[in-house]
Amino acid sequence: MTVAWLAVIAVGVATVALKGAGTLVLAGRPLPARAAALMPLLAPCLLAALVVGQTVGDGRAVVVDARLAGVAAAAVALALRAPLLVVLGAAAGVAAAARALGAA
Amino acid sequence: MEASTIMADAAVRPQAATGAFTAGARAAAPIAIAVVAFGASFGILARDAGMGVLPPILMSVTTFAGSAQFAVASVLGSGGALAAAIVAAVLLNLRYLAIGISVAPALRGSPARRLLEAQMAIDESWAVSQRDGRVDRGRLLGAGAVLMVAWLGGTVAGVLGGSALGDPADYGLDAMFPALFLALLVGQLDGRRARVSALLGGVIALALTPVLPPGLPIVAAALGAVIALTVRHEPAVSGRGART
Repeated sequence: MTVAWLAVIAVGVATVALKGAGTLVLAGRPLPARAAALMPLLAPCLLAALVVGQTVGDGRAVVVDARLAGVAAAAVALALRAPLLVVLGAAAGVAAAARALGAA
Repeated sequence: MEASTIMADAAVRPQAATGAFTAGARAAAPIAIAVVAFGASFGILARDAGMGVLPPILMSVTTFAGSAQFAVASVLGSGGALAAAIVAAVLLNLRYLAIGISVAPALRGSPARRLLEAQMAIDESWAVSQRDGRVDRGRLLGAGAVLMVAWLGGTVAGVLGGSALGDPADYGLDAMFPALFLALLVGQLDGRRARVSALLGGVIALALTPVLPPGLPIVAAALGAVIALTVRHEPAVSGRGART
């Protein structure tokens, strides 16, 4: 068995288990009250963390590059209440332009 | 105890579920373009890393999480150890424990079926599935299906044919992911607790990025939601919170 297969199987099994642990352990029971109150707050929290991580995160470094310009453009589009497709298009277009102009 | 509710639920569910599935699929469609491109670049990277043809394709089905798959391909491609590749990928995917818990109440059926449906939860489909502070199963599965097809299709294209597109970053496609999360975040900011939670999540992720291995800052950021729980709840009185 090659290294690639071993990595694929190990990471696959771990990921399936991580994603499925919640539903298997809870088995249809409702979440405890404390945890249930937490769930609606988890979305804004993790979404904000994902925005930050994917905008300026690069491995173990914080990097300002063309992605930030793209996300700033998306923020402007959102403030103007543009449809999602326009928001995403603005992000890609501005990031691509910034990169073409020499931003990393 | 809730037999009548459950039966009433079941009676209206098929139609409602189909509508939600379509809504989730439609919501995920714009980002699917970027997902195809990144799937292709994962396929190319994995092939260049000597992972062969089938393992990367199988990985896109079973792991179905971009960052972890890129980590494995780049560690193996640069001659790194198997254990290093596995640890990096598992750390990157630790957040799926929290996401899996938040998805759990929405799933039903046999354990095998729930385990399978839980696999449709990736960052983007989970984000798109949020409704009134809960996960909507139909939207999750609809978005997950579209993104799975896109990710798998991209991977196959990349592994077999390479990409005529070149680097997705040249087209700014990497900026589409945070832009999507930002757009979904804006819809989540009703009430002071939610805003505090978002602020703390962002700040913690930013502060810990240089400190912790990749993947862990976002896990630690979930603490922001716990802290936000202690903020006095201010019921939303504006019309925006109205249910539709």
